[in-house]
Amino acid sequence: MSALELARRIKAKEVSVAEAAQAVLERIEEKEELYHCYITVEPEAVRRQAKELQKRIDNGEFTGPLAGVPLAVKDNLCTKGMRTTCASGMLGNFVPFYSAEAVRNVEKAGMLLVGKTNMDEFAMGSTTETSAYGVTRNPWNPERVPGGSSGGSAAAVAAGECFAALGSDTGGSIRQPAAYCGVVGMKPTYGTVSRYGLVAYGSSLDQVGPICKDVADCAALLEAIASYDEKDSTSLRRENTDFASALKEDVQGLRIGVPRDYFGAWLDGEVKTAVRKAAETLQEKGALVEEFDLGLAEYGVAAYYTIAAAEASSNLERFDGIKYGFRAEGYEGLHDMYKKSRSEGFGAEVKRRIMLGTFVLSSGYYDAYYLKALKVKALMKKAFEKAFARYEVILGPVAPATAPKFGESLADPLQMYLSDIYTISVNLAGLPAISLPCGKDSKGLPVGLQLIGDCFQEKTLLRAAYTYEKARGDFGLPKEAAEREGGSHGETI
Amino acid sequence: MAKQYETVIGLEVHVELATKTKIFCGCSTAFGGAPNTHACPVCTGMPGALPVLNKKALEYAVAVGLAMNCEITRYCKFDRKNYFYPDNPQNYQISQLYLPICRNGSVEIETKEGKKQVGVHEIHMEEDAGKLLHGENGQESFGMEGLGEGNCSLVDYNRSGVPLIEIVSEPDMRNAQEVIAYLEKLRMILQYLGASDCKLQEGSMRVDVNLSVREAGVAQLGTRTEMKNLNSFRAIARAIEGERKRQIERMEAGQEVVQETRRWDDGKGESYAMRGKEDAQDYRYFPDPDLAPVAIGEEWLKGIRAAQPELRTERMARYRQAYGLPDYDLEIITGTKRIADFFEETVRLCGQPKKVSNWLMVETFRLLKEHGMEPEEIRFSPANLAKLIRMTDQREINGTVAKAVFEVMFEKDIDPETYVEEMGLKTVNDEGTLRRAVEEALAANPKSVEDYYKGKEKAVGFLVGQTMKAMKGKADPGMVNRLVKEML
Repeated sequence: MSALELARRIKAKEVSVAEAAQAVLERIEEKEELYHCYITVEPEAVRRQAKELQKRIDNGEFTGPLAGVPLAVKDNLCTKGMRTTCASGMLGNFVPFYSAEAVRNVEKAGMLLVGKTNMDEFAMGSTTETSAYGVTRNPWNPERVPGGSSGGSAAAVAAGECFAALGSDTGGSIRQPAAYCGVVGMKPTYGTVSRYGLVAYGSSLDQVGPICKDVADCAALLEAIASYDEKDSTSLRRENTDFASALKEDVQGLRIGVPRDYFGAWLDGEVKTAVRKAAETLQEKGALVEEFDLGLAEYGVAAYYTIAAAEASSNLERFDGIKYGFRAEGYEGLHDMYKKSRSEGFGAEVKRRIMLGTFVLSSGYYDAYYLKALKVKALMKKAFEKAFARYEVILGPVAPATAPKFGESLADPLQMYLSDIYTISVNLAGLPAISLPCGKDSKGLPVGLQLIGDCFQEKTLLRAAYTYEKARGDFGLPKEAAEREGGSHGETI
Repeated sequence: MAKQYETVIGLEVHVELATKTKIFCGCSTAFGGAPNTHACPVCTGMPGALPVLNKKALEYAVAVGLAMNCEITRYCKFDRKNYFYPDNPQNYQISQLYLPICRNGSVEIETKEGKKQVGVHEIHMEEDAGKLLHGENGQESFGMEGLGEGNCSLVDYNRSGVPLIEIVSEPDMRNAQEVIAYLEKLRMILQYLGASDCKLQEGSMRVDVNLSVREAGVAQLGTRTEMKNLNSFRAIARAIEGERKRQIERMEAGQEVVQETRRWDDGKGESYAMRGKEDAQDYRYFPDPDLAPVAIGEEWLKGIRAAQPELRTERMARYRQAYGLPDYDLEIITGTKRIADFFEETVRLCGQPKKVSNWLMVETFRLLKEHGMEPEEIRFSPANLAKLIRMTDQREINGTVAKAVFEVMFEKDIDPETYVEEMGLKTVNDEGTLRRAVEEALAANPKSVEDYYKGKEKAVGFLVGQTMKAMKGKADPGMVNRLVKEML
C-alpha cells in the first residue's frame, strides 16, 4: 500500500493512525533483526504519538495528503528529544534539542515519525557498511548491501518497515540506495529543502529528499518538505512547489538526452540493457530520445571527492569531545583529548575523508586540488547547461551495477568512489534527479533508472518518471524476489 | 656616534560591532549575562546548525569602511579559518580572507608634528570566540554543584558569534604618539557612527601592535613582532617603547630580531614570546559553503552612504555655524560623541549654546576627572542640565547655589527644580526682606560703616558679604549690592 493510499484510508476512517503504526511496528519487530534498517525506534513513543496524531487529524488540524503516514528519518537529520547519531560512535549519546527544518515540515504535514534509520557514518559511504551500529541488509537479498549512504531509509521502505522515508544526498546517497532497493528516491534542486538540522557532510552538495514506494508518494513527500527557510542562507524561495500536480502520463514531445559517455565500459551489461529499455519505453510513449556526449563524467569523481572531503574535514571539526558527543577516557591535556576522542570516535572511512580533506585544503596544495576541483565543478555546470539547452531530461543509469555483496566495495575504496560516477555530477551542478526501478538483473536485483532535470524542473522529472512507472507496470516489493530465490525473506503489508 | 633608528608600526584593531544580535544567529550581544544564556545551536556549534549573516553587521562594516575612505567589495563572502580550540565551538572561525569587505582606505591623524595620512589596508568581518574559565586543582567550582573536582575548565559561549571587524592598517606609524592619535581617531569614527562603543577594558576594542625597527635611511623593513594583550592606551604606548628598545638592544648586540607573537605584561612592563613563526598554524582557509555570497548593490550602498551619520568634523562645522562657538569649545564638546550628543540635546531644550558648553567643559569635565569617570558614564540628563541653566538665567538661583546643585545632580541625578524647592535654595529677591538683612548687617558692623565714610570703598564688599552670609547665600547678589550702597 502506498503512503498516499494509506493517508486516503486514514482520512476515510477505514484505518486509524494507531493501526497503521501498529502494523509498521509489528513489521519492524518481525524484520529488524535481519535487515537492521533502524538505529533508533521507540515503539511506545510511536504508539502514543499515533493516538495524539489521530485526534489532531480528527480535529481537522491535518488535512494534507500524507497525514497519519508512518515515516522513517535518516539518522543525520536532527530530531528534538530523539537521539541523532549519524551512525557514528561520536554521537552515540547525542539528543538534539531542536529538529531539522525538514523534520518540522513532515510534522506539519501530520506524518508520524517511526524512527531513525541506519546510514553510512556521517553519510560517508555507498553501502551503509561504515555505520558504527552494524550493517543494513538489502531486502531483495540479505547477502547484499542496500546501498548508501541512506541505506537504512531505502531498505525500510522496501521492507515495509515504514511507508516513506527521508534521506540525504551528497553524491547519490538517496538515488543509489533507492536503485539497489527497488524504490523511488529523489534529490531536489540544491536549496529546495532546508539543510538546517541536517548534520553536514559536504555543505555545498547536501540536499534532503524523499525515498518512497512510488513516484506519486515521492512527489507528495517532496512537496511536504520543500520550503524556504531563513535559517539556511542557501535555501531558495521557490514557486510552483505543488509537485503532485505534475503527475500526468504525458511525455509527448519531451526531449530526452541519453549521454553516450554514461554507457561506457564500466557499466554492467544487464544494467545497460534495462536502462536502454526504459529509454525505449519513454520513446514509445512519445518522448524524443536522442544520444549525445555530456563529457567530464570521469573528472566528476575526483572533483567531488576533493570538494566533499574538504568541506567534511571542516564540518566535522566540531566533533571534538568538548561540548557533546563522545569523549575518550584517560587523556592528558587538551591536545590529547582531541586526538583520542576523534581517533576513537570516528570510523575508518570518516577518518580517511577527514585526512583527504585536510590535505587538499593545506597551504601549498589548495590551488592544485581544491581550487582545481571548483573549476571542474564550474565546467560540469556548463556542460549540463549546454545539454539542457537541447534536452528537458537527461536519462541514464544510477549506478554501474546492482547491489554488491558485503565487503566487496569497502575492500577497494577507489572502486567504491568510482561507483558514484553517475550520481555525483548532479550534486556538483546542484540539479534535481530521480531514481526509480527499471527492471531486475538475472540475480533478481533491482536496476535503477536515473532522470536528471535542469534546476527547478522537478515537475518535468516527476511527469516523465510517472509516465514511465505507469508504462512499466507494478514493480513489486521484495516478496516476489525472495520467493523466486526460494528464500523466506520479506513479505509486504 | 650612536646609530639612529626608525620604528615602523602597523596595527590590527579588532572592534566589536554594536549590533543587538550576533553576526550569524539571533542571540543577544549584551555584555555580561549568566554563562551560556546568550547561546543557541548556531553559536555553540551544534550539529546541523547553520549561520545566517546579520545584515546590520554588514551595514556597520560598510559604514566604517566608507568613513575610512575604503573601497567597498561588492561581492561579500566569508571564509572558514580552521583551528581547534575550546572557545571556538565549530573549531573554525568564520572570517574573511579572500575578499575583505573594505580595502585601501586611509584616515588622517594629527600629532604635534602635524597632520598625516595612515593607510587602512583592509577591514574584514568575523565572529568572536567564547570565553574560557580555568579552575585549578579543585580550587574553583565556578559556583556550580559538582564541579571543581580536579582540574576543570568551563566555556561560556555568550561572546561566541559577536560580530567583529578587524581594521588592518598599513605600516605607516612611526611612534607611540601616532599610534595613539590613530586609535583615538578610529574610536571617534566608530563611536560617531554608532558602530561600536570601543571599550578597551571590556574588550570591545582590541589592539595588536606589529612593530619593527630599521636603521634610519634604510628602505627595507626590519623583522617585525606582533604584540598582544594591550588593554589600555597607556599600555599600548608603554609596549611600543618597550618593544622598540628591546629590538634595538638585540640589533646592537648583533642578535637577530625573531618574527614572533609576544604578550605584553603591563604589570611588569615587559613582554615575552608566545609563539614563533615556525609555530604558525595552517588555517586551511576556504570559502564557507554555508553562507551564500551577498552581492552589494549600488542602491543599498547609496542607502548606507545617505544614512551615514555626521562625523566629528561635520559636527564641528555645524556647531560653529549654528551656535558661533569658539574653536576651543568645539574641540572639547565634539571630543566624544557622548558629550556632543549631550550638548546638542541640552541646547535643543534650553537654547543657550555657550552656557551649555561652559557647564560641560568646566564643571562636568572637572567632576568626571575627580571621579575618574568616562563621558559615557554621565548619569544626569540633558533635561536636568537645561533646567539648571534656565533657573540661573531667570535668577531663581545664583551662581554659587547653581554650582552646588550641579554637584548633587552629577552624583545623584536629582531634578534640580525639585531639589532647590525642597532645600529652600531659591534666591531671595524680596526688597523688604533684603532691606531688613542689610540693616542688620550695618548695625552689627559699625566699624565697617565707619571705614566706608572714611573713604574705604572695600567696606562695601565686606558688608555685602556679611548680608549674603546672613541670608545663607541665597540672596540676589546684585540687589544686596545696590541696597548696601543706598542704605549707607
